[in-house]
Amino acid sequence: MPADANAFQTALALILGMDPALLGIVALSVQVSLSAVLIAALLALPLGAALALWRFPGRGAIIVTLNALMGLPPVVAGLTVYLLLSRAGPLGQFGLLFTPTAMVIAQVILILPIIAALTRQQIEELHGEYRDQLRSLGVSRPRMMPTLLWDARFSLITVILAGFGRASAEVGAVMIVGGNIDGVTRVMTTAIVLETSKGNLPLALGLGLVLLGLVLLVNAAAHLVGETARRRLG
Amino acid sequence: MNDMLRPPTDTGIAPLAFEAVAVTHRGQTLLQPTDLRLAGCHRTLVMGPNGAGKSLLLRLAHGLLAPSAGRVSWEGTTPRQAMVFQRPVLLKRSAIDNLTYALAVSGTPRRERRERAREALARFGLAPLERRPARVLSGGEQQRLALARAWLTRPEVLFLDEPTSALDPAAIRAVEEAVRDFHRRGTRILMTTHDLNQAKRLADDVVLLYGGRLIEHTPAERFFADPQTHEGRAFLRGELVW
Repeated sequence: MPADANAFQTALALILGMDPALLGIVALSVQVSLSAVLIAALLALPLGAALALWRFPGRGAIIVTLNALMGLPPVVAGLTVYLLLSRAGPLGQFGLLFTPTAMVIAQVILILPIIAALTRQQIEELHGEYRDQLRSLGVSRPRMMPTLLWDARFSLITVILAGFGRASAEVGAVMIVGGNIDGVTRVMTTAIVLETSKGNLPLALGLGLVLLGLVLLVNAAAHLVGETARRRLG
Repeated sequence: MNDMLRPPTDTGIAPLAFEAVAVTHRGQTLLQPTDLRLAGCHRTLVMGPNGAGKSLLLRLAHGLLAPSAGRVSWEGTTPRQAMVFQRPVLLKRSAIDNLTYALAVSGTPRRERRERAREALARFGLAPLERRPARVLSGGEQQRLALARAWLTRPEVLFLDEPTSALDPAAIRAVEEAVRDFHRRGTRILMTTHDLNQAKRLADDVVLLYGGRLIEHTPAERFFADPQTHEGRAFLRGELVW
């Protein structure tokens, strides 16, 4: 039997047997990425909506920057957070480097621009449709924000899931700021890199399968939410 | 819907005055300097071919659009207003939530909203559709919901921008009946249409626009019997095109 077919079988055994090492890594990955997506969404949804609703000097620059940051290389985000959190850095006193918190910060920086930029697009489009009616009803601009965010809720869930996808699949940033410490900051992507280079293909492959499954699940959820919304709400 | 009270003619609703109001967009004149005064509790029907500036006039009056020149003003306290659009803009929520939202915006206490929304739904024949998402209602139902929403804000002036142009005859009748209801309650109506018969059924007076110019503002009876202008006569014969 060829080595990689063997590795595949072992990987499946690890997953089905709920291997504790594998489960720990998966749990930490999900925890870090969920925290990051939650924080990023709390900041980026109002930011995106505000950019859609208000015209002010510098708005164009912010939008261009956000759009550009959507493609920010994860290693650059990681390096930035590393410099900020390292002992000599401005935030060094908190001792956050090589902790899950540092990984959450790095992922927030990666996905906040995505959620903010896509939210702005969605809200701007919806605002175009609602503007006259809302003004006719006497809705103030600050009040339009929650109204539009709520009415765009289904497309925004898709946006947030896209953010989660990017956060959980990214490796460069969490590798730099987390350090891939066993049992502390080792997540699926960094573990795959390490195990592959060690030649421990079954664990790497097992993690890869779980990651693939997770990404599939997230995309299926996004698709389902979008379809349901279109059917039910028109 | 069966109280046949004559609407009050002197309602204390501030008159609306257009003084040399003009709109230009990218060097193109969409509305030439226009003077117009609307007072009392009339149903004014704004008519004219497509592109004549009917919607523009309504949006200016309602304050959705600022004029490029001139002044639109209320001679007195700005009245409560509502507008019903050609294609109703409804929120992506249930029918009743669309109504409670309007009540919330207008500052109605939370405990009263649901009950008042239910009354309005019943009044416009929408009670069975209370929980239905507003966006999947039929065109006629959506327009009735938009009217119910306007009804709840108790407008003193109601603007309707071709509210029936996409509806079937039954839905058109419902909208026209609603317009009469608003009027009986003492609401001034400013409505655009390009349906001559509808204007004959509803209008107290007619504003005729053509090519961004106000051609005439005449009491309905006189407009339909004996239009004062060449364009008015051509319009009634169906010969006035852009």
